[in-house]
Amino acid sequence: MPDNSIGREIPSEILAQFSRNMFAGAYVNTPHVRQDKGNRTLPRLNKLVDNLEQVIVKTGLKDGMTISFHHHFRDGDKVVNLVMEAISQMGIKNLTVAASSLSAVHSPMVKHITDKTVSRIFTSGLRGELADAISNGIMDNPVLIHSHGGRARAIESGQIQIDVAFLGVPSCDVYGNANGYTGRSACGSLGYAKVDAGHARKTVLLTDNLVEYPNTPFSIHQDEVDYIVVVDEVGNPEGIGTGATRLTKNPKDILIGSLAAKVIACSGYFEDGFSFQTGSGGASLIATNFIRDYMLAQNIKAAWALGGITGQMVALHEEGLIKRLLDVQSFDREAIRSIGENRYHTEIDASYYANPLNKGCAVNKINVVVLSALEIDTDFNVNVLTGSDGVLRGASGGHCDTAVGAGLTVVVAPLIRGRSATVLERVQTVITPGATVDVLVTDRGVAVNPRRPRVEEQLRKNRIPIIPIAELQQKAERMVGKPEPVQYEKKIVAVVEYRDGTIMDVVRQVRIQ
Amino acid sequence: MEGMKILDTGIAGTLESSDVMITIKKHSGVEIELNSIVEKQFGRQIREVVRQVLEQLGVKDALVVVQDKGALECVLRARLITAVYRSAGLAEVQWEVFA
Repeated sequence: MPDNSIGREIPSEILAQFSRNMFAGAYVNTPHVRQDKGNRTLPRLNKLVDNLEQVIVKTGLKDGMTISFHHHFRDGDKVVNLVMEAISQMGIKNLTVAASSLSAVHSPMVKHITDKTVSRIFTSGLRGELADAISNGIMDNPVLIHSHGGRARAIESGQIQIDVAFLGVPSCDVYGNANGYTGRSACGSLGYAKVDAGHARKTVLLTDNLVEYPNTPFSIHQDEVDYIVVVDEVGNPEGIGTGATRLTKNPKDILIGSLAAKVIACSGYFEDGFSFQTGSGGASLIATNFIRDYMLAQNIKAAWALGGITGQMVALHEEGLIKRLLDVQSFDREAIRSIGENRYHTEIDASYYANPLNKGCAVNKINVVVLSALEIDTDFNVNVLTGSDGVLRGASGGHCDTAVGAGLTVVVAPLIRGRSATVLERVQTVITPGATVDVLVTDRGVAVNPRRPRVEEQLRKNRIPIIPIAELQQKAERMVGKPEPVQYEKKIVAVVEYRDGTIMDVVRQVRIQ
Repeated sequence: MEGMKILDTGIAGTLESSDVMITIKKHSGVEIELNSIVEKQFGRQIREVVRQVLEQLGVKDALVVVQDKGALECVLRARLITAVYRSAGLAEVQWEVFA
C-alpha cells in the first residue's frame, strides 16, 4: 500500500476508482497560491508588475498572437496607444488587435500597421485618421467588423482566442478586483472588458487608481487577472464622457424625436411594464424625453431600459419611470454616477447584452429600440459604418443586435444631411438587415416595413403621416440631386460580420480621384 | 444682358454645415476653385452649376472660390448670384436672366 507525502496510506484502487492522484504537498499542484506561508517578512502577495515592458514579457506575448482592448474610455482612451507603443518598441510583430471598438483617438495605430506590429484588426468601429488610412488600403488583411453581441459570441465560442487582454480600469486593488465607477478616469460599466477578462489566456489590468483590497463591489474579478500595472493615466475624463449628454437644439432632430416618441406611444408596444433602449444620437436622445411625456400622461412605467445608458435614462430611472437599468456601457457622467449609486442600475457584460448564441441575451427581451442610421435603403437595410463617400467612419455597435431582438425597431434619421440623402435605393454598407427594421422616422414622414402591416395600421389609426419608403427616397433625391456613384478599388478593406458570425457585406478601398 | 464685370472681391455665404461660401475675385478668364465635402459625389455638378450661373450673368472674367459644406443646389445658386452682384457693385438683381 503506497503512502502519500504526509505518510497516509491510500489504496491504489481508490485512486483509480476516483481518477485522482496522490496528495503530494500543500502547494505542489497550485502554483498560484502563496508558498511563503509563515514567512512574514516577504512582501504581501500581489500581482503588481513595475512597468508595461515587464508585464508584456511576463505574459509571453509573441509574434502573431492576439491581444484585446475595451473601448469604455471612448475618445478619452489612453490604454491602447500606451500598450501598442510599448509592444512596438519591443519589436513584437504581426499581432491581431481584437478591440471592442476603436475611435479617433487611436490614430497612432496607423504607424503600428505600417511597421508591421499589427497585421489584423477586429473591431466594432473605426473613426478618424485610422479609419481613413484603412479605407485607403494600408492593411494587407481586411478589418473584421463585428457587432457587440457578435464579438461576445466569437470570444465565448473560441472563434476569437485572446492571448493577452490589456484592460484599463478606473480602480483596482493589488489582486485584480476592478470596477469602472470610482477614480478620476471613471467610465461606468465595464461590460465589454468583462468578456475579455473571462476568456483571455492572460489578463493584464492597467490602472491609475490602486485602492485598498478588496475593491468591492467589483466588475472584473481577481480570479481572472494575471498582472496589474499602475500607469499615470488610463483615460482622459474629458474624452470619456461629457457632463450630461447635451440635448439637441437642432429643430430637425427635435421633430424626428417627437415623432418617434409618438410612433412608439401609438405602436401597441407602449404599455405598463414595457422595456426600451434609445441610442445616443441627437434625435434618439431627445426621443427619450418625449417618451417620458407620454409615460406621465398615460401613467405608464417601464420595467427596464437597456443600453448604452445615458443621463436621460438615469433621470427617468431616478424619477421612478424606469424601474431597472441594464448597462453594458455608460455614455456620460450622469450614467457613470448612477451605476455607482443606484441599486437597480445594473452592470451587464456584452454577452448578457447581446450574444446570440448564449442561453438568453437581454436584447431578446426588449420591446422597443430607437436606433440612428447614416443611411437606410428602400429595403430598410441600415448602414452605420461608412459615410456617403464610402469611407469608414462609424461603428456596428449593438445596432443589428438590438434591431433583431426588439419587438419594435424604430430607426430615426433626417431625410437628408447636408447634400447627402439618408434614404437611398442601396446603402453603401449593410450593418443591419432590413428584415429586422420595422419603422423609419424622418423629418418628412414615417415609413413602415411592409413586413409589419399591423404596426402600419396602428399608426394610421393615430394619424401618423405614413409614406412608402420608396417615396421618401425619391423625395430625398429631388432635394439633393443624383450623386455620382462612389468609385471603389477592387481591394477589400473591411469585412462586416453579422452577429451570428456569417459575412454580411464587404467594404472596398475608396478610389482617390 | 450686358456681361457683369467683377470690380472687387465679393463674398456670400458661410462655412456652416449645409451652406457654401463663395468668394469672387478679379481674374482673367473663368477659373473655379472647388473645395467640397461632397466633391466625390457632386463635384462635377457643382462646377457645372457655377459655369451656368456665370454664363447667365454674362461674367467672363472671375476667379470663383467655392468652399462647400454640403449645400443644396438652390443654396449654391443663391450664394453665387449674391457674390457676383456684390463683386460687381450692383444692388438691383435682374431676375429675368434666370427665367
